[in-house]
Amino acid sequence: MALLAAAEVAIERGERRLLHGVNLSVDSGQVWQVLGANGVGKSSLLRALAGLARLGVEGSISRFEPLLYLAHAPAIKGALSPFENLRCHPACDIISTRAQIELALQAVQLRGFEDQPVGSLSAGQQRRVALARLLLSDARLWLLDEPFTALDRSGCEWLEECVRRHVGAGGAVIFTSHQPSRFGELQQDLDLAHYAVS
Amino acid sequence: MQRMWTFIHKLGSPPWFFAFSGTLVRWLLPVTVLLLALGACWGLLVAPPDFRQGNSYRIIYIHVPAAVVALAGYYVMAIAGAISLIWRIKMADVAMRAAAPVGAVLTGIALVTGAIWGKPTWGAWWVWDARITSMLILFFLYLGVVALFEAYENKAAAAKACAVLTLVGTVNIPIIYKSVDWWYSLHQPASLKFTGESAIDASMLYPLLVMIAAFYLLFAVSVLLYMRAELVWQHRNASWLRQRLGTS
Amino acid sequence: MLSADRPHLSLLAAFGRQFRRHGQALMASLAEVANPLLFFFMVVTLFPLGLGPDPTQLAAMAPGVLWVVALLASLMVSARMFASDFEDGSLEQMALAAHPLAVLALGEVVAHWLATGFLLALVSPLFALMLGLPSQGLGVLVVSLLLGTLCLTLIGAVGSALTVSIRRGGLLLSLLIIPLNVPVLIFGTAAVTEAVRGGDPSTWLALMGALAAGMLALVPLAVGAALRISLDS
Repeated sequence: MALLAAAEVAIERGERRLLHGVNLSVDSGQVWQVLGANGVGKSSLLRALAGLARLGVEGSISRFEPLLYLAHAPAIKGALSPFENLRCHPACDIISTRAQIELALQAVQLRGFEDQPVGSLSAGQQRRVALARLLLSDARLWLLDEPFTALDRSGCEWLEECVRRHVGAGGAVIFTSHQPSRFGELQQDLDLAHYAVS
Repeated sequence: MQRMWTFIHKLGSPPWFFAFSGTLVRWLLPVTVLLLALGACWGLLVAPPDFRQGNSYRIIYIHVPAAVVALAGYYVMAIAGAISLIWRIKMADVAMRAAAPVGAVLTGIALVTGAIWGKPTWGAWWVWDARITSMLILFFLYLGVVALFEAYENKAAAAKACAVLTLVGTVNIPIIYKSVDWWYSLHQPASLKFTGESAIDASMLYPLLVMIAAFYLLFAVSVLLYMRAELVWQHRNASWLRQRLGTS
Repeated sequence: MLSADRPHLSLLAAFGRQFRRHGQALMASLAEVANPLLFFFMVVTLFPLGLGPDPTQLAAMAPGVLWVVALLASLMVSARMFASDFEDGSLEQMALAAHPLAVLALGEVVAHWLATGFLLALVSPLFALMLGLPSQGLGVLVVSLLLGTLCLTLIGAVGSALTVSIRRGGLLLSLLIIPLNVPVLIFGTAAVTEAVRGGDPSTWLALMGALAAGMLALVPLAVGAALRISLDS
């Protein structure tokens, strides 16, 4: 079953048309990597697929909701603890117990930091707090914008494993990254160079 | 009903609207100029002087129409805004964008003529009269819409934001007007009374009505011209526009 | 996948969660809460310096002065209402949530009001006494400010939602919301003035209550729409 279907999508920014003719159908079990140079419109496309951008977007996009969208700005409040941030995450509409959140924080190696303000953690650790959300959501479709940024090697390995497990369980992932072929055989590429308006 | 819908759909198409508005302006512009000239001559030369204010009252032939149309203009803007938000018709965006500066100028005219009229009548350039104060607030409301539109870089988003703002403003306008009325009656000094209010003689009223009609037309023509200018800019690279304007 | 069988949040719980999240973030920085009160205090100090220390004159102007300063204080804090949520990406996530953005935003607005307008109303008698407002006006001042700052915060939320994506939107915000705040100012000063005169201020308070109730119902819709536009610009 298609979790996301985009037909003839065109994207404009300001008065300039960035992309046109993007067709994409994402089924459960698939991993898609959106490729392209800086400024080609990777983030804009992801925002359009998530439904956040409507103005300047043509074509039809249908998506299976709820979806999980992880942006550059991770929606993490520096004043709150990792625990509070995950429990009160604005997009998450399922209730997790303290034990479940602690388990998720343990998975991203933040055990022991649950109750100190996120603002006092390093950039990589803050990123891990944002990523721990992947374990607490029931969304089948993940849209991840540059998820590997600011992660160390063990963090990257954990995230790869996490994505593999998600698609293994019937989910689907669309992500952007500058490094090609993170997932080898498993992934499919959407190279925006083919759709860019010159 | 069906014909009305096709008409509305046509209005949403820029080439069709450009042609339609062109014809409309060609007819409306002479009528507007004629009515303005007629009303001005009638009001300024023919109508009798006021028994208390003499000739100074004649400024109402500018002041009142400007004020009336300025208020109506805000509602026009709000309706255009609602259409833009609900049916996402791009021409409604353009109409709202065009109505804002025209309305602001009319409100400005009403304020300035009000001040000029105030000097001989009340002996001061500015009096915190209920109506003038409401007009001033309307002026701010218009300026807010214009400024908000200019502040957004993405003009499609700007139009939507202005639509939300005008709708909020429209709900508020009756409350603002009523509250200013109450405020004024609370503090009203006995010496100030609004003149020319109760009974106006027919010989003075008819030219006023002509001028109000002329100002409505002036508003419509200005908005149409502004919309056409906006369309030319937005579609400056489109082939239909080049054909129509005879440039290559 | 881990969590497919977990319970879902109700609408009320989603509202409460957003309220708590915003409230906690506000409380964490004392400055956000203390600034409007300090601003109120300092501007009230300016009036005797500008108008002279004559107690009767100050007392006569006190209702208007207190209300204008409250309006300005609320204007000052409105600018930041959604700013941090916009910058850190929380707004995007709120827009993607299963619950209506209007309800989630209202949760934040109410938290914002409790941390600013509500506190300001509670401490206002202190400033009123400094200006010599007769004591029969104090109770009405607090009640009118409680209702009035709620209205001011709601209108401020619309302005903030419309300007949050604009750089240097602060001045623009004042232009947008000052005209809309006029009725609140008029009702508020009229209520306090009436009480000081020994009359019955209930008409004005009722009007203000009606205004607050109407705004509570309608403003969240406008805020939700405005936030979506800001996210999409």
